[in-house]
This record gives sequence, C-alpha cells and structure tokens, in this order.
Amino acid sequence: MSTWLRLLNSWKLQTRFTLLNHINCIRYSSRISDELLDKARSIVGDNNFTISEAARLLHGRDESYHVPLPPDLILFPTSTKQVSEIAKLCTIHKIPMIPFGTGTGLEGGVGATRGGVTLNMTRMDQILEVSTDDLFATVRPGVTRSRLNNHIRDTGMWFPIDPGADASLCGMVVTSASGTNAVRYGTMKENVINMEVVLANGDVINTSGTDCRAKKSSAGYNLTGLFVGCEGTLGIMTAATLRLYGIPESVSSAVCSFPSVYDAISTATMVIQAGIPVARLEFLDDVMMSACNKYSGLSYDETASLFLEFHGSSNSVEEQAELAKEIAKDNNSGEFQWTTDPEERSRLWKARHDALYASKALLPGCEVYITDVCVPMSNLPDVIVKSKQAISESGCIAPIVGHVGDGNFHCCFLLKPGDNEELKKVREIAMWMGRLAISARGTCTGEHGVGRGKIQLVQEQYGEDGISLMRNIKFALDPDNIMNPGKVITL
Amino acid sequence: MSRRILVGCKRVIDYAVKIRVKPDKTGVVTEGVKHSMNPFDEIALEEAIRLKEKKIASEIVVVSCGPSQCQETLRTALAMGADRGIHVEVPNPEYEGLQPLAVARILQRLSEREKIDIVILGKQAIDDDCNQTGQILSGMLDWPIGTFVSKVEVEGERINLTREIDGGLEEISVGIPCVITADLRLNEPRYATLPNIMKAKKKKLDVCKPGDLGVDITPRLIVVSVEEPPVREAGVKVEDAQSLFDVLKKEGHFN
Repeated sequence: MSTWLRLLNSWKLQTRFTLLNHINCIRYSSRISDELLDKARSIVGDNNFTISEAARLLHGRDESYHVPLPPDLILFPTSTKQVSEIAKLCTIHKIPMIPFGTGTGLEGGVGATRGGVTLNMTRMDQILEVSTDDLFATVRPGVTRSRLNNHIRDTGMWFPIDPGADASLCGMVVTSASGTNAVRYGTMKENVINMEVVLANGDVINTSGTDCRAKKSSAGYNLTGLFVGCEGTLGIMTAATLRLYGIPESVSSAVCSFPSVYDAISTATMVIQAGIPVARLEFLDDVMMSACNKYSGLSYDETASLFLEFHGSSNSVEEQAELAKEIAKDNNSGEFQWTTDPEERSRLWKARHDALYASKALLPGCEVYITDVCVPMSNLPDVIVKSKQAISESGCIAPIVGHVGDGNFHCCFLLKPGDNEELKKVREIAMWMGRLAISARGTCTGEHGVGRGKIQLVQEQYGEDGISLMRNIKFALDPDNIMNPGKVITL
Repeated sequence: MSRRILVGCKRVIDYAVKIRVKPDKTGVVTEGVKHSMNPFDEIALEEAIRLKEKKIASEIVVVSCGPSQCQETLRTALAMGADRGIHVEVPNPEYEGLQPLAVARILQRLSEREKIDIVILGKQAIDDDCNQTGQILSGMLDWPIGTFVSKVEVEGERINLTREIDGGLEEISVGIPCVITADLRLNEPRYATLPNIMKAKKKKLDVCKPGDLGVDITPRLIVVSVEEPPVREAGVKVEDAQSLFDVLKKEGHFN
C-alpha cells in the first residue's frame, strides 16, 4: 500500500484511467509470458534485458507533460539483426514495440499505451561512417547530436540541426525535429540521405537504396520521406545517413527591439524576402524579454524583439547584418546591435539562451508546458497576437519564443506542480491554439511531433480522406498495430 | 613589437574515446582508435592565435613529435591559424618511449633554432598526464615560466599571467622570452573551418628527426605494467543506520 501511495505522490497528474494503468504496470504484468521473456532474453543477452520497476518507470516517460506509461519489458539491442529478430517475435505474439532514444521528446511519444516491449536503442551507438568529400555521416540511434559534432569537429564540418536538447539523431529523424538553424539549414526532413529501418515483420530496408549516398534521387517512392516523422509507428530506425555542412568561417549575431509584434514579424519576413541567408531568426515577446531582464539583471527593451545570427565569410556576415539593420529600421526598430566578437555575441544573445530558465524563474518551482504550432509567416503576427490575448484572458503566465523564420512559435506555460485545474486550462488553450493554427493555413505541430496529445488535431488538419490514407499506409506496414500504438493517428 | 610563438601540439587518443588496456598490459589500445590534438594544446594554440590577432605576435610555429599521423594534427593547427608547422618524426615503436625529458630537449633546440620569444604549451597531455614538459623546458632554456595559466595579458615587454592554484588565483608577471602552460579556463578554442582547412594545405610543414637536433630520445623511464582499475563490485543494502555503522566499523573505516 505504501509503495502505491509513494508513487501516487510522486506523479503529480493522475486521471482515473491512467491510475489503473499504472497499478497494472507496477505489479509486473503478465501480458508477456515467461516463455516470451526467455526468448527475448536469448536474442539480446542477459545484460541487455530488464523488467525492473525502476527501468520500466524511466522508459515510460519523456520530457512532456503526459502521464508516464511504463512498458512491460525493456530490451537494449546491440545490432540491427537483433532488432529484426525482436520484431519477428513481437509480430508473432502481437506485442507492442516502442523505440526509445534519449527520452527527450516533448509529446509523450515513448509512452506504452498498451504495455509491450520498449527497445532502448542507445546501445547501438557507433558512428559508422563520415565523409568529408561527400559531406555526410552515418550514425546509429545511440549517437546524439553533440557527440556527432564533437567527433567531426576537426574535419571542419558540423551537423547544424539543433532542437535544444542533446537528442538522439535518429530520434530527431523520427520526430522530424527542427531547431533554431532550420531557417537556413532546413529541418530533419531535408537532411536525411538514407535510413536503415526494421519493419514490423523483421524486414530490414534502406529507404534510398541499399548503399545509396547520392545527394538526390528519383528512384522509387520517397520512402525516406515516409519514415521521417513517423514516430516509430511504421518501423524502427537502426541507422541514419545525415547531411553535413561546413562550419561557417564567420558568425555575426544581432539583437533589436520593436514597438509591436507586427513590426518584428514584418522585419523577419522582409529579411527572408531580401534573400539574406539568415542562420537564426528568433522572436521573443515582451513577457519573455522582461523575464530575461529580471533573471539575468540585463536591460533589454521589454518589447517584442528579434535575435538574428548570420553565417558566412567575414565580409558576408557584415553585409548581412547591415542589410538586416536597414530593414529593421524601416520597421520602426529600436537600436540594432550586432557584432562578430565571440564574447560580445554571447552577451547579446544571452536573453535567447536563458529564455527557458528565465521563464521558469518567473514562478519558482514551476514546470513548463510548451506549445508548438507553425503557420505561414504572413499569418504569424495575427496568430501570435490572438494567442497572447488568450493567454492574458486565462490568467496564465506564458512567455513566447519563436523560430519566426519558419513561422513557428512556442508558448511556455508556467504551471505549479499538482495544479490540475491550471493544467486543464492550459491543455484547452493549447488545443485551441492548434485549431487556430490550422485555420490560419498552418500546422498543429511545427517540430515537436504528434505523440499522444495532438492526434485529434492531426485529424482536423487532414480531414477524413487524409487520415484514411495514413491509416491505409499504417495498415500496410503494421497490420497488427504493434509499432508504437496510440501515437500520431488512431485506427 | 612582434613576437614569434612556438606551440606544442601533441597527438593523443581523442578524449571522448573509451580507453581499453592491451591484454599484454604494456599499454592501451591505440590501433584504429580516434586521435586528435591534446585539448590543452588546442587552448594553447588558441591563445597564440589571439595574440597574433592582437598584433602582439607575428608568427606562430607549431610542433608535433611522433609518427607520420602527427602531420594531420599539424594540419589542423595550421587550419586554426598557425603559420607553419614542424614535424619531428619519431616512428612507432620508438614513439612509445618518447617522454617529456626528450620532448623538452627537442623543444629547447627548436626554440633556439627558430628564435622563439614565447613558448605556449598545454599544461599536460591527456594520455600520460605528466605535466612536466613546460617545466623542464623552462629549466633548459633558463626562461621564466607560468604554469596552469588562465589569463594572459601582454604589457609592453612583460606578460601578466593569472595562474590557477589550489588556493585560488595567483597573478605573476614574467619577462619575454618565457614559457606558458595553458589551463582549461584560458579560452575556448575555435573550430577549424572547411575553407581554412583547404587554405592550410598550402602552408609550410617541415619534417626533421630528433637526431638532426642532436637529441637522444632513449627513454629514461620504463613502464612496468598498465592495468585497468578494479571492477566496481555490487553494493550491499542495510536495513537501518545501526547496521550501516556496524558494516563500516567492521570494514575498518573508523579508527
């Protein structure tokens, strides 16, 4: 009984249904027979197998607000062959399979909605190949973004997609992640050359061809595109070949404030229209700027602001900054500060770097619920203004940060732990924001993925026919619905 | 007042690699393992480059002693901003016996030959952790030395150095010529960019042997054995504080 209560206290959000699910999972579930456990253990070996309560609780959660849903069993495969054999075993016995990388997802994608086997992919951690001539790297799921960049640092190349967390690269592929650099370097969608995927029936395929490393191809269906963003519902990734870029010779950073959201976003739009290859184009609203001033003792203008970064040769970054300055001036900007000096650049961008911590400091002890929508830039000012209105009407605190070069923004709702009323309110606002984005010709999720929480919104975004096609594809690849069930779409 | 700086760039196993001891216990596995420039040497080089950017130095010469692959390390150094490189060739297996005393002698001869004003080295290499080369070199050259330096400020003919010591920070002033060994917080080194890597291919890289400099590199220390630390054993759970005390007492942790 005391264990039950202890666990109840440590999980702050409970609904009756999930409570029962938890109880089922705490007492080790008999969903998987001993015979199956032995077979699974013999595939991966004793050291790569666990049913311990601690491990199961850990693997049922990510960094989202979704209630943890622990699996029944965790396996740590160390080769593609093992993943394939596990898939065959799970298909025969209809056991759900959930891939797990670094657990840094934001939409509850790793929760085991029907129990099953979690495949912790992090022990497949080799960097298989790096090519300076062809600018690509092939990595296994256990390789994180910072590890890859560290490994290739003396080749003069880097992998620029930076979602903030030190995520598994393959995890970033399956959630179609993006980052602050996307405005120039694209999202994961544009940066995968080939993927190795294990299907539900154990088949191992390469999405661009068995050993293809060509930069482009017109051969066959776009399988790479199909699996990017599938969140483990169509197959399990065991390797990815990613595009690399040259480390920029020079970097300049700039910051400038505006009297209104419209002025800031107009500037962003025009910077892109002017053909300036801006590398980072971030928006912070007045609430965020004020939070940063309080947190870091700075004296930024507390109004809508843009943070920009330019990459290129030393002449180019100066030129780009000066041109952006002109555009900002035409949009009523305050002082436009820019620099190439590394320490000065850190100082100018401090507000953007500290944004999450500064937000949390507004309500000490709070947790943050981060929303994610993306709309065409022409509709962005409107959507942001309406969102800010909804936030202020609700009485919540939610500073805003946005990758406005892509039309993408996040509201960081601050929640007192255990405040279920507030959480309910925030969830409603988040749903409303998703619908607002869809009606503004946008998408209900720009970069975080669908997970469990946005399934309804995806249906609204695509309509019956669109979802029907997705269901057909899912059925073709996973007729028993064992590949990460309960995510992305309902069947 | 333009100075010539010498920077040592040792090729070591990359810091992110998991080290494995050879089964015959004579050393660690280096075959097929990723190598890169010693991180403290990167910091030393970055400081030299910043001095050059401030026009305090006019030329940066980088040196690496070891097998042919050391030229890759030198190319990285040239790509970061050094002007020319010197590879002192010491092939395997003699390289395994190359120790700080010999390296310091090599650097002494090069400092004299190349008319160096400031030698900047990493405080230690991450493979042997000797932390000796800079100190031995300063003795051989009879130049002042600042070790574990976290700040360098040139003032005319003298350099103000901040050293990281156990009690905090120590500020000293040295004349030129001098030796400096770099500590972690001195700076954050830049990345070599692709365009600079390409330009570096045209920079000068000379090769010579220790014998050409009149240096005998016979090792004075012999490695007897290299072993892994003992495997961590499973812990023991106890019921309460009294039991904990009893276990600790039994194991002799109290006098």
